[in-house]
Amino acid sequence: MDLNSIYTELIMEHNQSGHNRRHLENPDHKERGHNPSCGDDLTLELEFDGDIIKDAAFTGHGCAISQASTSMMIDLIKGKSKREAYDLVNIFIGMIKKEITDEKELEKLEDAFILQNISNMPARVKCAVLAWHSLRESIKEDVETGE
Amino acid sequence: MKSLNIERIREDFPILNQQINNNHLAYLDSAATTQKPLNVIKAIEKYNISNNANIHRGAYTLSIKATEEYDKSRKKIKGFINSPYSESIIFTKNTTEAINLVAFSYGMENIKDGDEIVVLITEHHSNILPWQMVARKNKAKLKFVYLDENSIINMKDFKDKVTDKTKIVAVGHVSNALGTINPIKYMVDYAHQKGAVVLIDGAQAIPHMKVDIQELDPDFYVFSGHKMLGPMGIGVLYGRREILEKMSPFLSGGDMIEYVEEQSSTYAELPYKFEAGTQNVEAAVGLKAAVEYIEDIGLENIKNHEMKLTKYAIDKMKEIHYITIYGSQDIDKRGGVISFNIQDVHSHDVATILDSYGVAVRAGHHCAQPLMKYLGINSTCRASFYLYNTIEEVNQFIEGLKNVRKWLGYGS
Ligand SMILES: Cc1ncc(COP(=O)(O)O)c(C=O)c1O
Repeated sequence: MDLNSIYTELIMEHNQSGHNRRHLENPDHKERGHNPSCGDDLTLELEFDGDIIKDAAFTGHGCAISQASTSMMIDLIKGKSKREAYDLVNIFIGMIKKEITDEKELEKLEDAFILQNISNMPARVKCAVLAWHSLRESIKEDVETGE
Repeated sequence: MKSLNIERIREDFPILNQQINNNHLAYLDSAATTQKPLNVIKAIEKYNISNNANIHRGAYTLSIKATEEYDKSRKKIKGFINSPYSESIIFTKNTTEAINLVAFSYGMENIKDGDEIVVLITEHHSNILPWQMVARKNKAKLKFVYLDENSIINMKDFKDKVTDKTKIVAVGHVSNALGTINPIKYMVDYAHQKGAVVLIDGAQAIPHMKVDIQELDPDFYVFSGHKMLGPMGIGVLYGRREILEKMSPFLSGGDMIEYVEEQSSTYAELPYKFEAGTQNVEAAVGLKAAVEYIEDIGLENIKNHEMKLTKYAIDKMKEIHYITIYGSQDIDKRGGVISFNIQDVHSHDVATILDSYGVAVRAGHHCAQPLMKYLGINSTCRASFYLYNTIEEVNQFIEGLKNVRKWLGYGS
């Protein structure tokens, strides 16, 4: 295991910057995600403008990987439609499960692409996907019934 | 007391002789499960090669041999903890099953509306959840005893909480999350004065210190084989004979019966009444070998060695200003468990980083979420030592700790 491939500068940046760690003033939806085996406990807050994710933020506590992954996800999905966000979640989870390996596809994840290495660390996979599952739960119904 | 010949001991634990991430493996998670010495591995192998059959079945020689092996293991445990009777030793799957057995067979029938159950805030979930279920079903009250300013159990609070209404006091002998050794003898005597029945969760005590049932005189004492050099899948419930005799079976079915009619049955005698279905005989055989190994080395010597490592590690950790150590500051009140956090770094990241240096420690809530909440923390890292650990491994651990914050981008 190469720690350099996990605790990268980008992850450290997201972990420490905290720019997405706050409460929204008027969230339309809150989704709590909890990983009972290690205690990560994050709440995702979302504000919608019609179909668009206008703003997003998170609170709670967790390890560097879960915090950074959440922050990267928020940067990625802000301003996107629910459908686009939903597709990105599926790409991310596909990447972590090693089901999606096509670089072109994975580049759509922007910063979060760097978390690909976590797919080699079974003990930390749950940390990386926690917030993404919360987002999926939050928008699943709208996206699936909208079709 | 004599110091251990660690080099000799380590030859008995081939699993420890391996590289993890290009470093020597320093296995510091024996509080979760211990490694098995060769005599345990070989005893299980020999049983399977020569003696395996289903016990208490038929008159053929092989089944008789297997039954004898199983009985010998029970006798070994009886001697090890100085139980007055072999029938008081019930084999279970683990500590968790043993506590559930007591909660369901004894608790559900004897704890009534308005009665009280007392546990410590430091309990493992397996000594909380079964009592929550009893309390909820029977409308009893579950009370927690908290810590004092020195992070040990507040005995005044204990005496306040244990009252004439208390029917069960269920306490851990040694805390798996903080490493604190509780004044268990005093607790047993006090609870008995109040007329309560006492269960002691000895999972973290039995591997490290002499437990004498006749001296301690608890009503129930439980532990797991896999934390004392034995196999997974075998645990022990010691129960006071008079109480066990009155209790109904926990699981029912094969092997625990006397006569079975269409609509009713009578049950086998102790201990078989509580051992329904085919048992894990090879694990019982392995557990016997584990006890032999421990007796051979000597519990006093084991404890002495562990505490040497623990004291050394705590002294070194105290020199690192960004480390917080939880639990008693008084080394005499501790076992070989150190729970700690590194400032600004989540315990899970600490464990991942230490793993890259070959050091295996546990991170998380240690199945003690109520304690974590009470302490106002989310999780801790935990290093725990056993007879096979060395000072070099403690140094490897300390060196790893010094590198943790750097990986997360902090200066020091
Ligand atoms: C104090 C204590 N009680 C109970 C248990 C549960 O043991 P088992 O999982 O073997 O049932 C443990 C193990 O982690 C423990 O440390």
